[in-house]
Amino acid sequence: MPGKLKVKIVAGRHLPVMDRASDLTDAFVEVKFGNTTFKTDVYPKSLNPQWNSEWFKFEVDDEDLQDEPLQITVLDHDTYSANDAIGKVYIDIDPLLYSEAATVISGWFPIYDTIHGIRGEINVVVKVDLFNDLNRFRQSSCGVKFFCTTSIPKCYRAVVIHGFVEELVVNEDPEYQWIDRIRTPRASNEARQRLISLMSGELQRKIGLKVLEMRGNAVVGYLQCFDLEGESGLVVRAIGTVCTLDKISNTAFLPACNSPSKEMKEIPFNEDPNPNTHSSGPSTPLKNQTYSFSPSKSYSRQSSSSDTDLSLTPKTGMGSGSAGKEGGPFKALLRQQTQTALEQREFPFFTLTAFPPGFLVHVGGVVSARSVKLLDRIHNPDEPETRDAWWAEIRQEIKSHAKALGCHAVVGYSESTSICEEVCILSASGTAAVLNPRFLQDGTMEGCLEQRLSWQPGFFSIGSEKGEVDFFPQNQDSSSLLGLEETSPPGCGFCHIPYDELNMPFPAHLIYCYNCRKQKVPDVLFTTIDLPAEAMVIGKGCLIQARLCRLKKKAQAEANATSISNLLPFMEYEVHTQLMNKLKLKGMNALFGLRIQITVGENMLMGLASATGVYLTALPTPGGIQIAGKTPNDGAYEQHVSHMQKKINDTIAKNKELYEINPPEIPEEIIGSPFPEPRQRSRLLRSQSESSDEVMELDLSHGKKDAFVLEIDDTDAMEDVHSLLTDVPPPPGFYSCNTEIMPGINNWTSDIQMFTSVRVSRLSNINLTNQTLNKNFNDLCENLLKSLYFKLRSMIPCCLCHVNFTVALPEDEVIQVTVTAVAITFDKHQALQTSRVPVEKTLQRASTDNEEQLQFPLELCSDPLVSQPFSPAKEVLENASSHTGVPAAQRATSVDYSSFADRCNSWIELIKLKAQTIRRGSNKTTASLDKASPLAEGHLRHRSVPSCTNSTVSVVKMTPLSFIPGAKITKYLGIINMFFIRETTSLREEGGVSGFLHAFIAEVFAMVRAHVAALGGNAVVSYIMKQCVFMENPNKNQAQCLINVSGDAVIVVRESELEMVPVQPSTAVSQPASAGDVTT
Amino acid sequence: MTNDLDIFVGNTTLIDEEVYQLWLDGYSVSDAVSLRLRSGILEQTGATVDVLQSDTMDHYRTFHMLERLLHTPSKLIHQLHFQIPPSRQAMLIERYYAFDEAFVREVLGKKLSKGTKKDLDDVSSKTGITLKSCRRQFDNFKRVFKVVEEMRGSLVENIQQHFLLSDRLARDYAAIVFFANSRFETGKKKLQFLTFEDFAYCAEQMIQNWTLGAVDSNVDDMDVDLDKEFLQELKELKVLIADKDLLDLHKSLVCTSLRGKISVYNEMEANFKNLSRALVNMASKLIHTKDVRDFFIDLVEKFIEPCKSDKWTLNDVRLFLTQYTTSAHTLDAFRHQALWDRYMSTIKSCLLKMYHD
Repeated sequence: MPGKLKVKIVAGRHLPVMDRASDLTDAFVEVKFGNTTFKTDVYPKSLNPQWNSEWFKFEVDDEDLQDEPLQITVLDHDTYSANDAIGKVYIDIDPLLYSEAATVISGWFPIYDTIHGIRGEINVVVKVDLFNDLNRFRQSSCGVKFFCTTSIPKCYRAVVIHGFVEELVVNEDPEYQWIDRIRTPRASNEARQRLISLMSGELQRKIGLKVLEMRGNAVVGYLQCFDLEGESGLVVRAIGTVCTLDKISNTAFLPACNSPSKEMKEIPFNEDPNPNTHSSGPSTPLKNQTYSFSPSKSYSRQSSSSDTDLSLTPKTGMGSGSAGKEGGPFKALLRQQTQTALEQREFPFFTLTAFPPGFLVHVGGVVSARSVKLLDRIHNPDEPETRDAWWAEIRQEIKSHAKALGCHAVVGYSESTSICEEVCILSASGTAAVLNPRFLQDGTMEGCLEQRLSWQPGFFSIGSEKGEVDFFPQNQDSSSLLGLEETSPPGCGFCHIPYDELNMPFPAHLIYCYNCRKQKVPDVLFTTIDLPAEAMVIGKGCLIQARLCRLKKKAQAEANATSISNLLPFMEYEVHTQLMNKLKLKGMNALFGLRIQITVGENMLMGLASATGVYLTALPTPGGIQIAGKTPNDGAYEQHVSHMQKKINDTIAKNKELYEINPPEIPEEIIGSPFPEPRQRSRLLRSQSESSDEVMELDLSHGKKDAFVLEIDDTDAMEDVHSLLTDVPPPPGFYSCNTEIMPGINNWTSDIQMFTSVRVSRLSNINLTNQTLNKNFNDLCENLLKSLYFKLRSMIPCCLCHVNFTVALPEDEVIQVTVTAVAITFDKHQALQTSRVPVEKTLQRASTDNEEQLQFPLELCSDPLVSQPFSPAKEVLENASSHTGVPAAQRATSVDYSSFADRCNSWIELIKLKAQTIRRGSNKTTASLDKASPLAEGHLRHRSVPSCTNSTVSVVKMTPLSFIPGAKITKYLGIINMFFIRETTSLREEGGVSGFLHAFIAEVFAMVRAHVAALGGNAVVSYIMKQCVFMENPNKNQAQCLINVSGDAVIVVRESELEMVPVQPSTAVSQPASAGDVTT
Repeated sequence: MTNDLDIFVGNTTLIDEEVYQLWLDGYSVSDAVSLRLRSGILEQTGATVDVLQSDTMDHYRTFHMLERLLHTPSKLIHQLHFQIPPSRQAMLIERYYAFDEAFVREVLGKKLSKGTKKDLDDVSSKTGITLKSCRRQFDNFKRVFKVVEEMRGSLVENIQQHFLLSDRLARDYAAIVFFANSRFETGKKKLQFLTFEDFAYCAEQMIQNWTLGAVDSNVDDMDVDLDKEFLQELKELKVLIADKDLLDLHKSLVCTSLRGKISVYNEMEANFKNLSRALVNMASKLIHTKDVRDFFIDLVEKFIEPCKSDKWTLNDVRLFLTQYTTSAHTLDAFRHQALWDRYMSTIKSCLLKMYHD
């Protein structure tokens, strides 16, 4: 069914000189969509051509609209020889295909050439008229929304979360086709860019069809990847979570937030007028509704009755048994129900990492599977059966692991590959979990809403509940009051084990939850998801990395694959041990956002695991690390060991202080027997729990009690201990995590800096051993982090969020590490005393006001009272400083700075205005009239030339997070998914490899920003650089790089602008108070 | 283990002002690193030399990429390649076009040609400014000169519009362009006591009063070239010294009104004819390019030095020049009042600015 695509080419600027003789260019533009091409006229002899073309109209199927990119080529007309290409712009028109997103793409795009980089800019306007398609058997899926964000997008509500969707398409890689031998590098690069663009369009359309089939309307957590399989082809695959989303119309209701957690916490306060009730009496009926778990009334009644039992239990001192009986069937029911909701799905997987409150019931642990495959040529691109089968196999594996953990679902699910020559490692990992069936079923809209809104009050009344239960040490049996697991506070509920205690899949130490004391929890918890908003945490979190290298003999095909398969379990095990040790060293007990990457190279394997460690109040305090020597009789050796032990203990103590981990002391009597003594445990033999020849699992997380004890029996072990201690904590004022939010910090300012840093390191190839390799790799990562801290020192106090490391082994003895993260400054003062919130808020508003002036200085110029806007801001600042008692000097400096910046700004704007006028031909009389006061001149000219607004380049913020601090997302404009190739044959001239890649990454950022701005957006959230493949050949003076990035284009509005609708001040004040209760 | 490649790219381009200054000052990466080391930055941040080296390299690469845009600042404002907040853009431009006093005194009034550029290594060794920095400054002068040379409209405004400089810096560049165009001699030993600011002030005065732009605002080169007609007319002033009676009358008028007011009355009276001759002769010769070039030497040799040797104070000079100018109006035989004012007001301002140690 048809749609009409309309394109207008307006103008170009800063074009390169194509004609050496005249130092000018005769530029024209070719606009191509599908097989149709239009051309503009030649605009002779100009570097800033004004084509102002007619509307070029393409009448096309919507299938093509989804698949094809719009291709705009700028050329230099040459009368005698062939026209020279200046560069191209590919525009993905997908965002125009759904009603809620962008309606027009209009703006300046960098003209990009794969050999020369950005060469000037072109102004284009694109529109689509879409006709309604009533064909039931259509092949297109226009209207399905895609989000890279791995949580429910901010201005939507999840009505139903349907589940997993996946698809892959394969093709031959143009780089490896015979024709590549005779065509230019440029032609080959362009063929590749175009093909990948086509393939991802096709993939998205196919996924969209599946979404419609599942009766969803959106894909959240959409992750699309390319596998460059070389000779054997090119695979584009994607996974995501299908949802039915509903736009929240009344956005004013939700206050804008600094962090997602805050948003969620704030909701209940608007609902619950009295969150601080400590008497359990009135809160019980409330809870009945709150925790009514199932849609039907009867269940809710049942839960209420058992709830009553619970509150009675302590008083009567019996009834625990009866409650247990009642609880049993309930649990079964719950399970059954959820099962039915999930069983119709082949894979109950969710790519989401953050969930609506109440969605996540229990978390089992990390499940992962890897498989080593030999690549072969894909014979029939239309039936990519082998690749499909490989992934299906791995997913089955994951599913069965989850089942073994008593879980029916996997959340935070992701897939990845690592390819070297013809060997490919496929990996999948996720977190086994038990989910609330409510969100998984159709037709429970009200239920959802109710759940979402009413779940929260419970969180804040935990204090009371906990207080009561604490006095009654419960015996083992009463723990089977499990019917009430839903009534257990959500702050710890997700930590409770989902599996049967008597029938555990692996040996684990289970302990009663430190929070509610009703349920068992493991002593450590590893997950791939973000820290749930409701989780109760003490102190701050930190980035924890395990790094590992293993040498491998060079081998061919089958032998190679076998040796890799043999190495994998050992690597998994070691990575896991390292993570565990480092976690203990930090005095923490849980990992979130765990991502283990295993990279294969010619002669080595690399493992890099990143996660964010936190201290969950629900889990026990981790014991220390004990070092045991092998030869206890040697005095000197003994001394050495005790020295090491002391060092380790010191480090733990220091870390606890650094991350503010000070859990309340719990008297022994109250704890009772369920808690293990912090004594040294007996050593267990380390053993690989399960390993098949192809697929390994990594749910060892709970069983490794021996992680407490490090045995130094050889130099290897010694190295391990040393390497534990070499990790330097970030300098003061810095925190880092690889999750969305950093526990303990919630007062972000709007000062953010997203960055990508790449390092390629060449190993000296003499005497490569595992140890030296490990050390080199460790140093590489640590130095990279140190470098980041140094570079971003002006942002202190600041937190590096969503730190994402990727490792590649492009050649023998060459390691490439790429890091993308965002640094966010936070307000120290606010963190100290949360009760200051309202005052600080105004303060923040004042500062953002100033920033806005930074961004829109034009309006400022046109304001007749130029200096006026600053003064109120200043006043607020001053007021604020006097209120908060913050050193006045500090405030003063900030004021000075901002006003200086403003001055600078208005001044440069003014100059810009003038620049505009001069082009239009200035006249001396006005100029001389105004000579005395340049400002007044600005006004005059501004009024006479109102159109100069378009001269400013709008600011586009980018972040790997799903939110922009200090601002609220008001609209999602569509997915950004871009693939670029850059090649050079004059590497030295472009500043060597560093110069080449530096320029290219800057260009990629620029092109992403330009596309977002053209869609009408001002930010990219959930930005990710999925691939950065860099190859060089210094001898030939050549290099090539492929980069693939994606994210969600959005419009954000500053919090201060939104606050026209007043947020009840009582809400803001009462929140920190009760939150404080919870954590203590 | 060596790092082949080591880069950091921020969505907002990271700019370290200190490193920028080092780069502008023409230091190599290794020199910049050792200078930064000396500033004690490592102690403050707990970083290592490697980190500093890598950071410096990164910044230098960024500046190198930005340099192309800095040559046409309007491109920097409109480009999409680097996201830089406007206040930072202004800082980048302003600092890039800033110049050293020592350097500008060496080059001021010289032809901005390849020849001069070749001599920059002498300038560099004389001033202690790195050759790289000298080249940048010289190229800036030349670039600004090339762009505004043939342009109509106010020189300062043209510079401001095309190079987005602050008012102050644009005025300085106007002076540099003006001096380079008329090739005023400023390098002679006798002129060494004059600062760039002195010259810039004189240039501004001359642009305001002596160029075409002062009378007609809509001609080419209006602010760059001196008004030829005016220079031609200046010959008429010769009557003030050629006519003996007129000269005597002028002298007596000045002497009468200055008696008791000026501390060097006797010296003034003795020297009046010499000084008057010097000033009027200069005026009559300005039509010759050669004499325009020697304008400042003449002022110093023929007016400032005699006065200084007689220990005139600045106030004495001011009183004298004021009186000398106004008295001419009361001379009935002298008919070039407007011309006289146009000439003398500028001469007076220049002399007063230049009359110091």
